[in-house]
Amino acid sequence: MRVEVDQPRCVASGQCVLMAPEVFDQDDDGIVLLLSSDPDPVHEEGVRESAAVCPAAAIRLLEN
Amino acid sequence: MTDTLTDTPAQLPELPMPRASGCPFDPPPALRGLQAGRPVSRVRIWDGSSPWLITRHEDVRALLGDPRISADPSLPGYPHRTAGLKVRDQTRRTFITMDDPEHARLRRMVTAPFAIRKVEALRPSIQQIVDDLIDALLAGPKPVDLVESFALPLPSLVICELLGVPYEKHDFFQRNTRVIVRRTSTAEELLAASEALTDYLDELLTVKLADPGDDLLSQLAVQRVATGEMTQRQAAETGVLLLGAGHETTANMIALGTLALLRNPDQLALLRDTDDPRTVAGAVEELLRYLTITHSGRRRVAVADIEIDGQVIRAGDGVVFANEIANRDPEAFPEPDRLDLTRDARRHVAFGYGVHQCLGQPLARVELQVVYSTLYSRIPTLELATDMDRLEFKHDGLVYGVYELPVTW
Repeated sequence: MRVEVDQPRCVASGQCVLMAPEVFDQDDDGIVLLLSSDPDPVHEEGVRESAAVCPAAAIRLLEN
Repeated sequence: MTDTLTDTPAQLPELPMPRASGCPFDPPPALRGLQAGRPVSRVRIWDGSSPWLITRHEDVRALLGDPRISADPSLPGYPHRTAGLKVRDQTRRTFITMDDPEHARLRRMVTAPFAIRKVEALRPSIQQIVDDLIDALLAGPKPVDLVESFALPLPSLVICELLGVPYEKHDFFQRNTRVIVRRTSTAEELLAASEALTDYLDELLTVKLADPGDDLLSQLAVQRVATGEMTQRQAAETGVLLLGAGHETTANMIALGTLALLRNPDQLALLRDTDDPRTVAGAVEELLRYLTITHSGRRRVAVADIEIDGQVIRAGDGVVFANEIANRDPEAFPEPDRLDLTRDARRHVAFGYGVHQCLGQPLARVELQVVYSTLYSRIPTLELATDMDRLEFKHDGLVYGVYELPVTW
């Protein structure tokens, strides 16, 4: 799985950080930061859920 | 054949719809009927106009995330909630009534304190406030109104601290906030309450500009007003928005959530007996889904033609999103009318969806997690001190809840 984030779209809901803190973080304004574009498979469920709940569709998943 | 009949405005179902008597937690039965039969259909609202009502979970998410849907209440066709809010929303512009890119620019000026790490840093002080309020409850007389003595003071203290508003003024801003969120307020009452709050925060911003502290209003004053990025009035109006949103929503979730749990003792026991933060966090999401206190419908207007579920929403048509029934959509949540704290409810739309999704949601989550993991374990014999049918529900409120919740232990 490959992950991309679209920072200009992010609305700082923070849910990705709650669900996959190993993969997502936030800057000082709460805007998403991608820690790993190629996450460990154990974190894939959290990443999928993050993408599913992201209100601004700022997380994109590309399956390998 | 019946379409012709039901599509004449006088025949359309009217919004808001009444809930079933004796069933205060469930959405209006007529909404269920629409979701099952005509999930995208016209309804009639107070001014005689007939916006579309969106009732399915999937449709709500698709359309609230669609840039062809605008949040601008000055556009013709926008389905205003009340006559009062129509006047107010057209004269005072905050980011919640703007579209991108203006919305994003202004919203980002206030997102910093709601980042997860900053909100988590507040958890110990939120826990302290909750513990102090419970100590005071236990030391005082009973029965007691849980709204007045616990549910409202907690979010009020927290948002005041975050914004840098003196809590001593809480009577003043709680009274005016109540006017703003009451559906029956006249335009005059609403504008007067809004102006009083804005004037107050405007004065406070002047003080912060001269002597800034470590709070959001000070940051707005120094980083945005002083630099000319925002006018002082805009900053004050933004402060009013956050102050009001911080009060009314979380307070209702605490009181109505407690009532729902008292009515579902097996679920209450799950919270009372756990110290697992994940269990508590999951329970909060389920209560948000089940109660969906933002029951007056998100309001939008289409700015281009949109085809959905075999219907065409035309540019200029108003659109209302019934999030409370979307959160009871059996396609998204099996057995949706069951309060099940162990289910995965995270895809709920209680905070809305799309770019306007609730800014304060990380803070609301932490407040509710602390409350739900503390109140029932510290007062395990908590019970309702009146009959259920004597409680008054906020049918007339923009946010649903209970006016008073007499409890004892």
